[in-house]
Amino acid sequence: MSKIEHAVRDIHFITASASRDQWVNLIHPLVKFALTAGYILAVVSFPKYDLAGLAGMAVYPAAVFILADLSFLDAVRRIYPIFLFPCLLGICNPFFDKNTILIFGMTVSAGILSMMTLIIKGVFTVLASYLLIATTPIDKLCYALRMLHIPKEMVTQIMLTYRYLTVLLEEGNSMIQAYALRAPKQKGIHVKAWGSLAGQLLLRSVDRAEAVYESMLLRGYNGAYLYLKEKIAFRRWDVVYGLFWAGVILLFRKYPVVLIAGNLAGGMLG
Amino acid sequence: MHMADALVSPAAAGTMYVCSAAAAAYSIRKVRLDTDAKKVPVMGVMGAFVFAAQMINFTIPGTGSSGHLCGGMLLSALLGPYAGFLAMIGVLFIQCLLFADGGLLALGCNVWNMAFYGCFIGSLLIWKPMMKHGISKAKIITASVAGCVLTLQLGAFSVVLETLASGITQLPFAAFLAAMQPIHLAIGLVEGLITAAVLVFVYEARPELLFCSSGTEKKEGRFSFGKTLFILAAATALTGGALSLVASSYPDGLEWSIEKLTGSTEMEAKGDIYQAADQIQKAVSLMPNYALKGSDAAWGTAVSGIVGCVLVVAVCIGACYLLKFFRKKHSYE
Repeated sequence: MSKIEHAVRDIHFITASASRDQWVNLIHPLVKFALTAGYILAVVSFPKYDLAGLAGMAVYPAAVFILADLSFLDAVRRIYPIFLFPCLLGICNPFFDKNTILIFGMTVSAGILSMMTLIIKGVFTVLASYLLIATTPIDKLCYALRMLHIPKEMVTQIMLTYRYLTVLLEEGNSMIQAYALRAPKQKGIHVKAWGSLAGQLLLRSVDRAEAVYESMLLRGYNGAYLYLKEKIAFRRWDVVYGLFWAGVILLFRKYPVVLIAGNLAGGMLG
Repeated sequence: MHMADALVSPAAAGTMYVCSAAAAAYSIRKVRLDTDAKKVPVMGVMGAFVFAAQMINFTIPGTGSSGHLCGGMLLSALLGPYAGFLAMIGVLFIQCLLFADGGLLALGCNVWNMAFYGCFIGSLLIWKPMMKHGISKAKIITASVAGCVLTLQLGAFSVVLETLASGITQLPFAAFLAAMQPIHLAIGLVEGLITAAVLVFVYEARPELLFCSSGTEKKEGRFSFGKTLFILAAATALTGGALSLVASSYPDGLEWSIEKLTGSTEMEAKGDIYQAADQIQKAVSLMPNYALKGSDAAWGTAVSGIVGCVLVVAVCIGACYLLKFFRKKHSYE
């Protein structure tokens, strides 16, 4: 399967996941957006040697994966290539950070600790973004962005880019397939066809943009785009969900819950 | 060149968000002044085009590898710097959510590193002045390559500064810069050539689509191929030379300040967290000096950390399944 086909399949999968009737999907988009942003901020703000505190932050993605009925392995398969750069940077740490640090009463290389923290931060932040988009349809997300007073030009633009993404990806894929069939045993696009192939796709896109604009005009477009037919009201559940997770994230950020729980369990066993 | 959330600190991300938001606010004002309602849908579709075009592998002759198109430079050459910048923000936003390229927190950094330099520097400082007196193929090639090389060099330099200012990596400034700049010089050259090929095709087929075009020019410009090559070589040498000078003359000062900065924050953060942890453990723990029989206290604490992790995850998973069970039961009723 080609890179473009993979991308189209991923987009369809995420769109289908987001439009399910799961109750996490039905939570107000602004609540989910604010929680995701807050969670990422909390994860990133952990000091680089605080591995134990950071480990506790796994609760949010772990719980949302279960509540939203999403496959964790599927998510990892989709996003693993992006861990490369943080991992590469992290791997350098043990070579340059020769300090040692006392953790759990043991002497550990500070470089290895900061490398692990960096990689875990990467995993958690990416999973949080994935959970947001896999449980929130783009029109609802755009609605949340408008509620945050992001200018309508910006939001309409995001919405239309998302809508036309699969259309243009499929068109690009057909062109590449047609090219590949006429150029057997050739990898990629030959230098002679660089301009004409992508240029053709561009001209088709421009024509499509004109057609889109005309059809939008016919449907009464005057610069304002209607993201959703009706307003999404805040329900009691949305408030409870938002407050609950905000509390949990704050708690895990402020206190080493994992160590406290371990000590408690140890005390009971002992 | 997409920066992940894990690579930035909240302070660095916040600063870059403010810078990018200022550029976006200015662009929106400019697009609104344009009073061309058509531009927003066109921006959306062109954003999707950049997505699709960036997935095409262009084979680099003589090597086994492939290159991709430079989105910022291409969009600003078609839509102008302001609309191009907004379209690029849309592309970067969707990329970070759908393909995990970049992140929500690092979006401000990525917009600055890729969209701002590509659209504002590439378009306003290179494309616009060059095309002021008419467009030609040679000018398009020169502007595209020079624009891509310059914007990628600036972008890579910003990535280095933002990562180091965030205190994420222990890599020394000079070593990080030496790893980032040359590779982006090569990428910039290839991206520039691909972008030039596409823009030359557009110029031949529909010249009116290009930014700064009057739509009537079809005559060849005053640039010869030799001159073009000379300018490209000079631009490349200048950029490479200038950046290597920066790399060799500044490392000590920057390294010193970054080390100083991260060193001090480490100490404070370490002290606070562990002090707080100690206090809570003393207050809450049933057996504060718990240790496994026959092992030293260090191992005991390590085990309690692991047990704690397992316990928290078990409680969390159990609670979620219970909640799901009751919700299901409730919905059947």
